[in-house]
Amino acid sequence: MSRTFLGMPPFPEAAAVSTQNAQLRANLTHATHTIRDKRARAVTELDDWAQLRQAGQEIKDHTLRHLDHYLLQAEKAVTAAGGTVHWAADAAEANRIVADLVRATGESEVVKVKSMATQEIGLNEALAAEGITAYETDLAELIVQLGDDLPSHILVPAIHRNRSEIRDIFRDAMGRWGRPAPDGLTDSPAELAEAARLHLREKFLRAKVAVSGANFIVAETGTLVVLESEGNGRMCLTLPETLISVVGIEKLVPSWRDLEVFLQLLPRSSTAERMNPYTTLWTGTTAGDGPSNFHLVLLDNGRTDTLADEVGRQALRCIRCSACLNVCPVYERAGGHAYGSPYPGPIGAILTPQLRGLQSEVDASLPYASSLCGACYEVCPVAIDIPEVLVQLRERVADQAPGHRLERAAMKSAGWLLDHPAAYSAALRTASRARGLLPRRLPLPGPAKAWSDSRDLPTLPEHPFRDWWNSRPNGEDGPKHDDGKTGKDSAAR
Amino acid sequence: MRVALFLTCVNDALYPDTGRAVVTLLERLGVDVDFPTGQTCCGQPQYNTGYRRETEPLVHRMAKVFAGYDYVVTPSGSCAAMVRDNYPRIGAKARAEGRGTALGKAADALVPRVVELTEFLVDVLEVTDVGAYFPHTVTYHPSCHGLRMLGLGDRPVRLLRAVRGLTLIELPGAEECCGFGGTFSVKNPAVSTAMGTDKVRNAASTGAEVLCGADNSCLMHLGGLLHRQDQPLRPLHIAEILAATEQDATATEPTETVIPA
Repeated sequence: MSRTFLGMPPFPEAAAVSTQNAQLRANLTHATHTIRDKRARAVTELDDWAQLRQAGQEIKDHTLRHLDHYLLQAEKAVTAAGGTVHWAADAAEANRIVADLVRATGESEVVKVKSMATQEIGLNEALAAEGITAYETDLAELIVQLGDDLPSHILVPAIHRNRSEIRDIFRDAMGRWGRPAPDGLTDSPAELAEAARLHLREKFLRAKVAVSGANFIVAETGTLVVLESEGNGRMCLTLPETLISVVGIEKLVPSWRDLEVFLQLLPRSSTAERMNPYTTLWTGTTAGDGPSNFHLVLLDNGRTDTLADEVGRQALRCIRCSACLNVCPVYERAGGHAYGSPYPGPIGAILTPQLRGLQSEVDASLPYASSLCGACYEVCPVAIDIPEVLVQLRERVADQAPGHRLERAAMKSAGWLLDHPAAYSAALRTASRARGLLPRRLPLPGPAKAWSDSRDLPTLPEHPFRDWWNSRPNGEDGPKHDDGKTGKDSAAR
Repeated sequence: MRVALFLTCVNDALYPDTGRAVVTLLERLGVDVDFPTGQTCCGQPQYNTGYRRETEPLVHRMAKVFAGYDYVVTPSGSCAAMVRDNYPRIGAKARAEGRGTALGKAADALVPRVVELTEFLVDVLEVTDVGAYFPHTVTYHPSCHGLRMLGLGDRPVRLLRAVRGLTLIELPGAEECCGFGGTFSVKNPAVSTAMGTDKVRNAASTGAEVLCGADNSCLMHLGGLLHRQDQPLRPLHIAEILAATEQDATATEPTETVIPA
């Protein structure tokens, strides 16, 4: 995945820093709460949202189950329509294919439609290494690029920035990339948008090559689909001579009928719109209309491995709407950069470690970057049970990562105690007796310190509940327990 | 009707008042409640941290301890959700890994009988006015697992509204997670604390005297923050409010007076 995120610390460390950033917290809280409330309203407008969600889930599951069939169908259709299909097993192969295609045109500049797949493979950096400059044209991606920054949200990559920060970035950096920002630029949204429009217009009119992703590929006709709000994407998709689209193999839908479901699910879930302003569809090439050369790079990069996992494969249903980010209390506090990947938030916490593997500390920390509150599952338009996948991934981390040896030992000894009620009762009693000795803040390292750095520990009661119960006249030795179903060790196996 | 109290390990060890309140409340409503002392923990901390195999003995234990009861009532939405949502998964996994069907059968037998306290009151006993008296202002935090996994809906709030003397004040951002999340609170202390701090700020902004919840784990986390910040707001489990009567109201400290030991 993107080299730009390499060197990030594991999630708990990165988040410990970002949670202290008051400006970031304020920007994120404002933005996520606004969009989550709008989404909730947009969704309640449809009586059949639950059925649509189920249809979305079923279409994706069906497609993933028969992915080999639909991929070959799409390849055939794209080729028949005048496009060229390339297969990329990993990021390096995809980047090499794109760089070779650009070089073959003789160009050293490309304009880009906002694309998660190219973020995932670090395409901009790979092209730069080949002497090719990639210009982001999505407004938020432009802000990120000009600010020498990393994206922190799937839909709104510059969500961590506010208007005055954006004004400063435009003023300081636009001139280095092309047309400078107008003098006296203020932070009014209209002025910022106009500055971006003028800056980008030059790029659109000059570019001979464009690079895009796609939200969907309709297998039956080989049609690619991009949904966007600004129209910048449509400029890239229609003006240049050569169009190169890098698309994950999971983006297929079988038919136009299936597409209809997602054209309802995606805009409402992501931007809370009934329909997104621009939906661009293209099928191969058409003489005299749009790019005359079209290349589709189908990207695996860990997707086949993900598909092999019975629980984890549901992450491949994701349509990148980012509704889960906008409701996630962890994302809201930690910010997107803490996830160390272009895919942040709850979906990133399950997608990134599956695509990249669990070997690195960052990736092994991601399945734990959730309180399992379930808000993400509730809003997911394709019903990805993110908490279920997180727990499954934690199991893999606990099995593989060496740092978990101590934890496993602790879990094992706790497990023994919990399976021996007599010993367990005695331990509760001992703890209660020692209650006077336990401070509410612990200086020693370990879980209790992690807890008591910010929170006081609860005071232990004088007696555990079971002692009170046993002291009742009809408690442990009373008549209720004669049936042998209860009592201290009746359940020992 | 044979009813067992599944108190949960957190309540047994740290919040015995909640357990006493459940017993008092259910007995007042005419339920003959039993506490099988072979019970320990449902295994949620282990399971949610990635130690599924380590939870299997506890699934067996839970099924055996609570065999023969019509209902297994628990004052924790989180632990009820662990049994109802995850026990079938643990059983299915064991079967898929070729380790027999015993675990799955044990889980399947237990799952439908485990009910959260407010579900039991509203759905099984069909009461919302439990005869409680609690002359305090209260704000209610619906914990995530009760809210989203069990779908408790407005049951707790309906019960609280029927308590005489109680003034219920809506909690801003009620449906947001408090940041406890079991081992999440230890593995990601910074984010957990940030979430909890926002929650207690919202709770304090209501001006209520009591922060009520149906899960003592969340209240332990929030209570730890409130105590550290010297806030006057008192965390209190809903069972302790529902068990309170006019006789208890003579003293001022709710936790000490709800259930005379």
